[in-house]
Amino acid sequence: MSAKSLPSTPVRSLYRLVHHRHLRGLGLVTAAALLLNIVVSAMDWWQEYWWLALLTNFILLVIIAERFGELIPLRYKTLYNRSLALSFLVFILLCWEALVDASILNARWFPAPSSILQALWDLTVDYDRFNKSSLLGRPWLIPQEWEANGMTGVKALFKESHVYATLTRVLFGFIIGSIPGIVIGMAMGMNSTIRTMLDTTLSALYVLPKIAIFPIMMLAFPNPFGEGPKIAVVAISAFFLVTINTMTGVQQIDPVLIQAGRNYGANRWKMFRHVIIPGALPMIFSGLRLALGTGLIVIVAIEFVRAKIGVGRVILYHWEILSTEKMYAGLFVTMILGVLLTYGVQLIEYAVMPWQRK
Amino acid sequence: MQPKIIARNVVKTYPTKDGDILAVDNLSLEVADGEFVCVVGPSGCGKSTFLRILAGLTPLTSGSVEIIRDAKTKKPLNSMVFQEYAIYPWKTVWDNVAFGLEMRGVPKAERRSRTELWLKRVGLSRFADYYPHQLSGGMKQRVSIARALANDPEVLLMDEPLGALDAQTRLVLQDELLKLWDAERKTVVYVTHSIDEAILLGDRIIIMTAHPGTTKAEFTVEIPRPRTIETTTTAEFAHHKGIIWEALKDEVSRVYGDQA
Repeated sequence: MSAKSLPSTPVRSLYRLVHHRHLRGLGLVTAAALLLNIVVSAMDWWQEYWWLALLTNFILLVIIAERFGELIPLRYKTLYNRSLALSFLVFILLCWEALVDASILNARWFPAPSSILQALWDLTVDYDRFNKSSLLGRPWLIPQEWEANGMTGVKALFKESHVYATLTRVLFGFIIGSIPGIVIGMAMGMNSTIRTMLDTTLSALYVLPKIAIFPIMMLAFPNPFGEGPKIAVVAISAFFLVTINTMTGVQQIDPVLIQAGRNYGANRWKMFRHVIIPGALPMIFSGLRLALGTGLIVIVAIEFVRAKIGVGRVILYHWEILSTEKMYAGLFVTMILGVLLTYGVQLIEYAVMPWQRK
Repeated sequence: MQPKIIARNVVKTYPTKDGDILAVDNLSLEVADGEFVCVVGPSGCGKSTFLRILAGLTPLTSGSVEIIRDAKTKKPLNSMVFQEYAIYPWKTVWDNVAFGLEMRGVPKAERRSRTELWLKRVGLSRFADYYPHQLSGGMKQRVSIARALANDPEVLLMDEPLGALDAQTRLVLQDELLKLWDAERKTVVYVTHSIDEAILLGDRIIIMTAHPGTTKAEFTVEIPRPRTIETTTTAEFAHHKGIIWEALKDEVSRVYGDQA
């Protein structure tokens, strides 16, 4: 009772904070972590027991983060979780950097993040005379080229860009494959005869790794080394994923919703527009997301095999000339492309399906 | 009273791998214009199948079903309220209530005023822009009821509309249904497995036999309207309940006997 009636002063709140149950625990665990690292370093156990030390450090870190999280008021919890996610990534990168600095990691195969960043910068600003290419196509030269050579100059800039080459291949293939995928998937979802007829064939082709048909595509196109076969393989990969997802999406619509549509007088077109399409939309979009991701995988693989330009080419070429920093930069660019493409689909999803927003 | 629904010798069999299964056996029913008929029976007796036949959603094997249309109007024959609500998750409350009107191509101005009216009547005006996932079960079923009534059908068909709701929400909605019906006096066929609900809402109660379903008995509910939830506490109500349970209990125990 007396504790309650005492006025809250800064000193008192500080006292409370220090004697807080979780904070005491937090102090103990932090001390244990520090002690562990001092002992391991002093006894020179890092060389031999690095994996055990890492594991223990990680576990202690998790406990510290958890204890600390319990101190965070509920309204800052999301912020805390986000910064935890981000700071762990930063922490890993810093460790990597430090390990390379200390020559524990071989900089030749695992170049430090800072040198990868430097390589990424170089790739962006430099023009590769040997391959006649650059990473982004040097967009800052567009005004100058437009002055000098007009449209052809600008086009030439696009043509030299690895990212542009990869993106156009993925997007064209994605669109060319997805549209028939949605149409045929819809037909298969709504008509059981079509489904029965096509299902087995489709499932058989679905399991085939699409990269394996690249040679056939090269034979099928008049220019085997042009864009045609590459885009075709991406399109075929997208087609199967979108078809199967669309079909499932139509099939899993609650039958009572279709009955309600019939009962309330929906004709064929209105049923399609108001019931079937919106009902299948979530599954269609998950198919599209998968197709885009797979498209990126497929195109990088193809660019490894046969391409003069593209981010896959960036990765493989710099491996060939042992410029590992730039190889890593290529990997990083591929990752960013994957994130951006997925994010793009999510934006469209958000706009098209307002009822799915939570 | 002139009849609104005439069902004669309705038979429904479902083909299965082990031969045909008889779901509804020689069921006949006449419903007068403006009458509220409740169909009660043990689960699996084919009462929902019968309702779907009335709605034209399931074809019948033999017999005939007719809903007599009021010659002067162009109302839809029937509108159904489903136990599973069957409202569209991708449509707002407003668009769900307007669904029947939009499907039939009712002009925009009329669609608008009717939707507005029925949202108000079921107390959902404030939620017009909500999506179903933001609503409670009771609110979802109100949307479904408003959709059916906004459609202004000749006959309202209700398939255990309150079956998925909790006991308290169910009481509230029973009360609302009584009020709505007192104002509208539509012809209703209402399928339920609750005797209480049937006595409270119905003018007439049809008891169905256990599988395959046909009519076993029928009772006229003599309790005067307007009724409210308090009606269920009267001696009259208890009297009705006793008689109906007497008729129904054999059928229910037949179902359990089959399962045991």
